[in-house]
Amino acid sequence: MKLDSKIPSGPMAEKWSRHKQDSKLINPKNKRKYSIIVVGSGLAGAAAAASLSELGYKVKCFCFQDSPRRAHSIAAQGGINAAKNYQNDGDSVHRLFYDTVKGGDFRAREANVHRLAEVSVNIIDQCVAQGVPFAREYGGGLANRSFGGAQVSRTFYARGQTGQQLLLGAYSALSKEIARGGVEMHTRTEMLDLVVADGETKGIITRNLVTGKVEAHAADTVLLCTGGYGNVFFLSTNAMGCNVTATWRAHRRGATFANPCYTQIHPTCIPVSGDYQSKLTLMSESLRNDGRVWVPKKAEDCGKPASQIPEADRDYFLERKYPSFGNLAPRDISSRAAKEACDDGRGVGPGGRGVYLDFSEAINEFGENVIKERYGNLFDMYERITGESAYKQPMRIYPAVHYTMGGLWVDYNLMSNLSGLHVLGEANFSDHGANRLGASALMQGLADGYFVIPTTVANYLVTQKPGAVTTAHPAFKEALEAANGRINQLLNVKGKRTVDSFHRELGLLVWDKCGMGRNRAGLEEALRRIPEIRAEFWENVLVPGSGSVANPELEKAGRVADFMEFAELLCRDALDREESCGGHFREEHQFPDGEAKRDDENFCYVSAYEYSGDLSKPILHKEPLTFEEVHLTLRSYK
Amino acid sequence: MALLNLHLKVWRQTGTQPGHFQDIEAPEIPDHASFLEMMDIVNERLIRAGQDPVAFDHDCREGICGMCSMTINGMAHGPERGTTTCQLHMRKFRTGDTIWVEPFRARAFPVVKDLMVDRSAFDRIMKAGGYVSVRTGAAPEANEIPVGKEIADAAMDAAACIGCGACVASCKNASAMLYVSAKAGQLNTLPQGHAEKDRRTLAMVRQMDAEGFGNCTNQYECEAACPKEISVRWIAKLNRDYAVASVKELVGAGRQQSQAGE
Repeated sequence: MKLDSKIPSGPMAEKWSRHKQDSKLINPKNKRKYSIIVVGSGLAGAAAAASLSELGYKVKCFCFQDSPRRAHSIAAQGGINAAKNYQNDGDSVHRLFYDTVKGGDFRAREANVHRLAEVSVNIIDQCVAQGVPFAREYGGGLANRSFGGAQVSRTFYARGQTGQQLLLGAYSALSKEIARGGVEMHTRTEMLDLVVADGETKGIITRNLVTGKVEAHAADTVLLCTGGYGNVFFLSTNAMGCNVTATWRAHRRGATFANPCYTQIHPTCIPVSGDYQSKLTLMSESLRNDGRVWVPKKAEDCGKPASQIPEADRDYFLERKYPSFGNLAPRDISSRAAKEACDDGRGVGPGGRGVYLDFSEAINEFGENVIKERYGNLFDMYERITGESAYKQPMRIYPAVHYTMGGLWVDYNLMSNLSGLHVLGEANFSDHGANRLGASALMQGLADGYFVIPTTVANYLVTQKPGAVTTAHPAFKEALEAANGRINQLLNVKGKRTVDSFHRELGLLVWDKCGMGRNRAGLEEALRRIPEIRAEFWENVLVPGSGSVANPELEKAGRVADFMEFAELLCRDALDREESCGGHFREEHQFPDGEAKRDDENFCYVSAYEYSGDLSKPILHKEPLTFEEVHLTLRSYK
Repeated sequence: MALLNLHLKVWRQTGTQPGHFQDIEAPEIPDHASFLEMMDIVNERLIRAGQDPVAFDHDCREGICGMCSMTINGMAHGPERGTTTCQLHMRKFRTGDTIWVEPFRARAFPVVKDLMVDRSAFDRIMKAGGYVSVRTGAAPEANEIPVGKEIADAAMDAAACIGCGACVASCKNASAMLYVSAKAGQLNTLPQGHAEKDRRTLAMVRQMDAEGFGNCTNQYECEAACPKEISVRWIAKLNRDYAVASVKELVGAGRQQSQAGE
């Protein structure tokens, strides 16, 4: 298999405009003949469904939630980056491009990132026109804040709920198109499998989560906008329903999975408090604009209340280690620094897995009211969860799984190696390399949905006769039978352990061996244990009820079964990549001061795995990464 | 961390069949757990005992997706002000408490199963007019539409609505006025939404009525139950916007008729 990234020729800054110029067009009358399936209704999915419908395509959109407005993009707090340079602080498309490539530790495709930076400015225009209530200055212009990994202020925000506001904008556009009849919306419907007919992706198999009905849907192309796989760790900041099923099923049907080991651990989350815990809660990165991160210098001070530890005995470790970025060091680096401090016995709170995020200085300087205006909802959320007030004592935070940079491999058109399968947003691998900068996920989801796919999808569609394949094709029958068979299999194990108990066991193992720090021995152990847990799952899982009604346990069982398979690929990729880069930190590969040691000589490539039929023997394909614009350097934030 | 021993009375229902309360004992619940984590623990125990677990809606568990929807001790999202069920923590309860857990009840929110209800009526109201008709790519430069900070802040207050439906569940008339007024109010407040203001207001209110939501009789239970503390002054604004739009429609219709007569 040759992975052709289809990067346009020409200078970096002209590639996207040239590609738009060279892309195929379909006239309005013919567009109506093409149908497109969009799976997922988050920023990427809702934006794509609405925009493609506006162009005239017939769109079917699916989400497992009860409304498209609830997709997990909604939980993003901090903001969205755009190279508007409204602050006159030296920002530009090139600088956003450069920051993102560097932030990704030089493991992203330059051309994709440049396109992302270019369309970032259009996204803000679009969202404002939809009525997204971004924060404003008194003069009526848009306000900005700073975010990690950048020295300019380019982040647009709507209080602490930017994700919700952007998603509501996309959802309103989607609602408009549903009303017009351009989009057929299917809520409470989950994708179970992808249908590939004669080498072309032509549909999906779904289950209605209310009636249990398993159905086939055909279209001329399929867009997966199904988010990331962070819940493989069980505990993460993802919503409970986030899952890998759509992308994993596509992988099993032939789509290569790229860079699964690039997972983002967010530094500022509320620490784990007990084994009943179902998820972890993020505290926005924006808090690091005003909060200072520290631990006691001496391990024996850790038990004392923060107020009784004098200034001289505090270690503001991010400011000490990274003076030029300080508390706004990128996520992977900040997370590892917190882990190091805790490994050193200087963590605070129960179990010693926490560091302070302290606002006392900012409160003294600006007053409590200003801090309340900036972060009030986050402080309230912290108090509801922990019972503590961050106005009176520092927050305790610890890193948690938050985002996954890996995903299905796509070319410049956002098409997978599997013809006719397009992948957008967090579900693809393309823009963030080995680490994503804050406020860039919203940007990528909307870029893919609003501005990239509406242009590039035509390049595939013109090669297809509209409606050529229907659900009468044998590939649909085979996929339907397989999906029904799997449901029955899950229900008929009738073992003794609940789905959650398996998910928790798998998640703890993956977090322990393939979390913030990874090493050969640990990964090899994980690769031994995962198939054992998977085997026990299929012999001993207990799924109550039947498949013909609403059955949340059955839904979870299907998703966990896929995580069980995916986890092995994740650990295998982490083992294979003998270097440290971004969120992938191999303990064997570090500098004496603990910084990540990249190996450009041997690993400057995208790892794309093909399913071989044997879960333990994926076939590795390499897409070499070449850098024309950005000079490969040691990524330093000192 | 303390452990609580609780008695639950949980609504059980399958589709349109009549429902009933089931007594469920919930011993040894950690007080740091969230309400939904308490339900997780209860479900684990039910499954292991060979019983049907309680179905409930939930997703983000951060109080923002609006998917969770329980009426706890008669209050939508429970007793804690400005808090969704997923953010309600068990330290707010005492050992020995009896807790009543019901779905959001409203004619326009039929029960799907146990505590899950169908809130698709909200989506249909949005479909009726909850948008600005701007095509992708047709937007002007963002800063060419100046919006004063006060106006942007007011729009943001309305936009904070998470569409959970607690306002409906807490209202004795099952009125959706707080929801509709927040959704319409956000766009009606902003200059971007002005062009379609009248059309939007009429369409959303009429769809709300068609869905079977009740009338607003100014009880303000909705504001008290709203996890995002949306103010009832949005209802007053919607009433004003609706009155203006209705009059314009009447006059406009009269003018059209007279024109047709000419």
